[in-house]
Parts: sequence; C-alpha cells; structure tokens
Amino acid sequence: MSELKLMKGNEALAEAAIRAGVDAYFGYPITPQTELIEYLMSQKTEERTGMVCLQAESEIAAINMVYGAASTGKKVFTSSSSPGVSLKQEGISYIAGAELPAVIVNVVRGGPGLGTIQPSQADYFQSVKGGGHGDYKLYVLAPSSVQEMSDFVEDAFDIAFKYNAPVLILSDGLIGQMMEKVELKPQQKRRTDAEVIAQCGSWATTGKTKDRERNIITSLDLQSEKMEARVHRLLKKYEQMEKEDLRFEKINCDDAEYLIVAYGSSARIAQKAVEIARSKGVKVGLLRPITLFPFPKKQLFDLADQVKGILSVELNAGQMVEDVKLSTEFKVPVEHFGRTGGIIHTPEEILEALEQKIINNGSIRHHKTRESSIL
Amino acid sequence: MEVLDIIKPENQVFCKTKLMTNAALSYCPGCGHGTAHNLTMEVIDEMGIAEDTIGVAPVGCSVLAYDFMNIDMTQAAHGRAPAVATAIARTWPEKYVFTYQGDGDLAAIGTAETIHACNRGENIVIIFVNNGIYGMTGGQMAPTTLPGMKSTTSPFGRDVKTMGSPIKMTELVAQLPGTYYVTRQSVHTHKNVRKAKKAIKKAFENIKLKKGISFVEIVSNCNSGWKMTPNDANKWMEDNMFPYYPLGDIKVNGKLK
Amino acid sequence: MAKVKGAIVVDTEVCKGCEVCMPVCADNVISMSKDVNRKGYHYAFMENPEACTGCTNCAIVCPDRAITVYRVKVSA
Repeated sequence: MSELKLMKGNEALAEAAIRAGVDAYFGYPITPQTELIEYLMSQKTEERTGMVCLQAESEIAAINMVYGAASTGKKVFTSSSSPGVSLKQEGISYIAGAELPAVIVNVVRGGPGLGTIQPSQADYFQSVKGGGHGDYKLYVLAPSSVQEMSDFVEDAFDIAFKYNAPVLILSDGLIGQMMEKVELKPQQKRRTDAEVIAQCGSWATTGKTKDRERNIITSLDLQSEKMEARVHRLLKKYEQMEKEDLRFEKINCDDAEYLIVAYGSSARIAQKAVEIARSKGVKVGLLRPITLFPFPKKQLFDLADQVKGILSVELNAGQMVEDVKLSTEFKVPVEHFGRTGGIIHTPEEILEALEQKIINNGSIRHHKTRESSIL
Repeated sequence: MEVLDIIKPENQVFCKTKLMTNAALSYCPGCGHGTAHNLTMEVIDEMGIAEDTIGVAPVGCSVLAYDFMNIDMTQAAHGRAPAVATAIARTWPEKYVFTYQGDGDLAAIGTAETIHACNRGENIVIIFVNNGIYGMTGGQMAPTTLPGMKSTTSPFGRDVKTMGSPIKMTELVAQLPGTYYVTRQSVHTHKNVRKAKKAIKKAFENIKLKKGISFVEIVSNCNSGWKMTPNDANKWMEDNMFPYYPLGDIKVNGKLK
Repeated sequence: MAKVKGAIVVDTEVCKGCEVCMPVCADNVISMSKDVNRKGYHYAFMENPEACTGCTNCAIVCPDRAITVYRVKVSA
C-alpha cells in the first residue's frame, strides 16, 4: 500500500525511482540536486531491489553510462543541474538518435555559466528546443510539487519505453529542495533479465542468441537516405506524443479575461497571484503546461480568443513566452515577466507585471477602457 | 599431389570465423584493425561465449566494427566506450563486455573514461588499437603520435615542446589497482598474432574471475595516415613505434611485471 | 617422417593486395597476381604451390581473412 512521507523533492524522486523498479542510476554531484544521489546511495539500492547506483567521474560519463544500460533495455536514469545537463547534451542527442528509452532529471539552477545555485527556469530553451545537435526533441515533464517529482518518475519511464526515447524531468532548485508531504507508491518488482529480454530483446544488446540476428545500437547512418528515414521515425514519435501524451492543467480559465501561463515553481506562485486578482474582481486564469513538449498549443490558440492578454511567467529572461506567442499566432498581446539570477518572483510582482504589461498596456494597444487596479 | 586434392573440406585447417560477418572490411589494405577484429572474434568463437558477449564500438575507423562483428554491439560517443561498457557490465554482471577503441578515442577525448573505468576495476575488456594517428578523419596527430612524426595537424613533425610527448596509456592504467591484466601486443607478423590472440583470450577469460579490468593495447600500422605501403609501415612500426611502445605483458594477475 | 602438403585458397574479391601475407611465408609461396579483382586490387595467389606446407602464417596475419588454409599428411 502507498505511504505518506515528508520529503524533499529530490529525495522523493529518488525513492520513487527505487519503487518504480528502476534498474540503474548514474549520477554526479551538483547543487541543487545532490540530495538525489545522496539519498540513493544511503538506500543501499543493490540490496533493496538490485538497482545499480554509481557515481561517475563526470556528467558526460554518467549520461554515456545511461546510454549503455539503456541500449540493453534496462530502466535507467540520471540527474544533474543546468551546467551538468549542458555536459550531457551530446549523450542525450545520441540517446534520441539511437532511439533508446532513458530518463534525465534537470534540477535547474541560475545560469549561464557557473551561475548560481538558486532556482531558475532558464533551461527551457535547452530542454524543449533540443539542447544537443540534430533534429530531435525531448518529451519534457515539468513537476511543480514534491508529489509530482515522485509521480513523474514512473510516468517518464512509461513514455520512454512507449516511444524508445529520452524523457526529461525539468524541475528546479526550489521544487528539488523544498519539503512537502508525498504519497509514495508501493514497491514494484524489478524486471528479471529474462523479462527485459522478453520486452526489449528485439532491439536491445543483451547478447546475440542463436534465434536472432545481432542487435546493433547506433545513431550513425552514413547513407543520407537512411539518416533521413531515421529522422522521420523520430518526427513520427513526436507527432504521436503531441496527439496522445500532452499534459496541462487549467485553473480558473473558464471565465478568464486575462491569462497567466506558468509551469513548475512559477505556476505555484502564479496560482496565488490569480487568487489575489480574483479577490479584487479581475478575472485571471492560469494555464499550467505539465509537458513542455508536447506544448499546449491548441489550448492557447483557443484561449487567445477568450482573453485580452497573456502573461508568461517564468524564472528566466523570457523563453516559453516565444512558444506562447507562436501558439496564439499573435491574436492577443503576450508578454513575459520573470525574475532571474535565482531570485523567486512574488505573487505581487506578478500582478504588477500583469497590470503594467497586459492590462494597461493591453488597453492602450487595443483601445479598451482602463480596468480597475489590482494592486 | 594436386592442389585440388589438398583443398578438400576435411583438410581445412584455418578459415575466417563465423563471428565475423561477410561485409567487406572498410579498413585500408593491410590495416591492423582487420586482424584485431578477427582475433577478437576468433577468441569469442573458441570460448563459445558469443551469446553472452556485448561489444562497444568507438568513434574512429572502427566505429563500424558492428558491421563486421557478428555479436550484439552498441556504438558509443567518441571516447565514452568505457563508460558505456561500465553500465552494461554493471547491469548485466554475467555478460562478457568489451570495448574496442582507437588511440584518439581512448587516449584523447576518452582519457577520463579510460582512467576511471580502470580505476574502478570494471569487469570488462578494453581492446585499444594504437596506430599513433587519427585514421578516420584523415591522418591527424593523436596523443600517441611519436615525437617528430608527421601528420596533417603536425605537418612539420610533432613538436614535443608545444604538443607534449606521446601518452603511454597502457603503462599509465597499469598503475591503477583496478587493472588486473595489462599488455601490449601487435598483429603484423604471425608470431605477434599468436601472442596477441593468447593475450586477448586471457583478457576475456579474466572476466570470469571478476578481479578487475583487462587492458590489451595493440600497436598497429596506419598505412593511409603514415603514407606507406603496409609492409613498409609494419617495418617503420618496428623501428619507431616499438621502442616507444615496447611489446609484452605489463601487469599480470594484478601485479606489475 | 610423414611429409605434409599444404595449399591456400584466396578469396580474390576479398583480398586487397596488401602483401602483408608475403613476408610471413617462409617458403615464398605467395605473390600478387598481374590481373586485378573487381575493386582493382592485385590479389594474392600461390606462385609456388608446391612449397606450401599449410602452416597458416599467411592466413592469420591477413586483416581481411581472405585466405583459407588446407593441410594433408602424405606418405613419404
């Protein structure tokens, strides 16, 4: 039966992975996600479930270890934070190109460069536009609570194995390090080697038995026609993801006149801003993308017919705002607000930005009467 | 006795192993990669472990090893084969896992992965073909390029003052407690081939002991890169490479020779 | 003592004419043919078949395993 615990996001994710029957984890220390590898090491996972946990010599080695275990059909993941995830980009591109199931966790911190260890959402572009080389995308899940940090592990592996593709859990230092109660699922039995071969033996490198041809895991296709066919295979997956596995949450959108779009930790803060605005009679709604790819494009396109303006609230200098604009096809003003450098914006700051950038600015550009102040 | 009488099936004493595919090798005429590939597969064939062997191919001339080796193989990013192999060996502890790498892959970009896989004593075999040059990309200087040796990126000869001296990875990893068997071989003459095969076989048999990594360097020629005919290259190798990279066992059963 | 006779069969399409097999043949059995295979390589052949003892030296150094070796005991 499931268990209720008070845990940090990073630890909840680690525990959930053990319970989800994950086979291996390869990681490297970096604030603000180190609790994840520390927790795993404290759990003696080899004894608990036989799960392999190894601290690699670098994030590059770690992602290539993920690539190795994934090539044999094992459930494997890694975690890091922004600079470390940058180091993993080539490996992630390989995992996408070689069509391997794997999960990568990014507990984002402020950047660029060494940046700060405080929370940030400035890795949005890297995550959804493909941080590595080539035509590929990542399925990106953005948790906004410790519960979702826990739940999304199993969801991520389901998608990874459904599509034989890498999945990114895009968290941040705030969600990773804050403590909340979390309901943990019961322990799942880890697949036996025979079960792995039964499930993945048609493609995985588990040892060429007499009954089949050898399996080769590679992302190399020197013949362009073959490479193009491979790219088209990837594109078909992404289309299917958009059709079948889009996830988002609408809060107070039905009667909304203004809309905030925010994910992860920003969505929680924005929710408070919505409450305050509504208490002052201004109908603001919140659309929370749970998957950043696939992105709720259609939902935004429809909402753009209903609201007078949209504010994209992100802890960065403005990244998701571009996708919001593209989705609404510029039918309505779309602006960005977000603190950077690791500073967490407050609900009041969000409302102030909504007022200045959308409500007032909106009325000038669209000749509407001035709305009552929400401050 | 006529040749036709001799070449009857029952008289056959040597042929290509069935663990090599029928794909024509992409390697230049006389290149040691072909021989090293075949020796590796002959060992795996003779040990009867093909069903439990998983290979990891590098980036470099032997990136296409999986077109020639008739076993399950995973192609690793440049330099990362030891990390890829580490994960495979750890999640499948009973398998025979090996990497097959060139000098650019193992001793340049993959230095950290090589050192740390060896330091952890992973239960894998590393086959390291050292031809002192980047072959696939057309003959550039490698970490193992000899002092004064010309390449497309050291056209006037490798200058030790600006580019350092060649790295002896094999002696280096032999210092790490995690390495159990470390040897340097070559495959250009029948005597060397027989010794190399024995070394590769010992390396794979060590996997059963789970006592650390077996690291087999094969000093080889690169005819296109060195701009020599195969036999001239092999002669040049003997005269120039072997003094810097002496052949023979460096560490056996965990003890330095 | 029983004499041994050997012979090799070269897959002329696989052979790349690299000549690495020549120096290792103690009995100078092998030479490169005048004509070329489909890829334009002069391929190896037994110029002195009589001398071959089937010792496999040539075959084991051949990078492309183009050589299959046969050996048979013959009464003196």
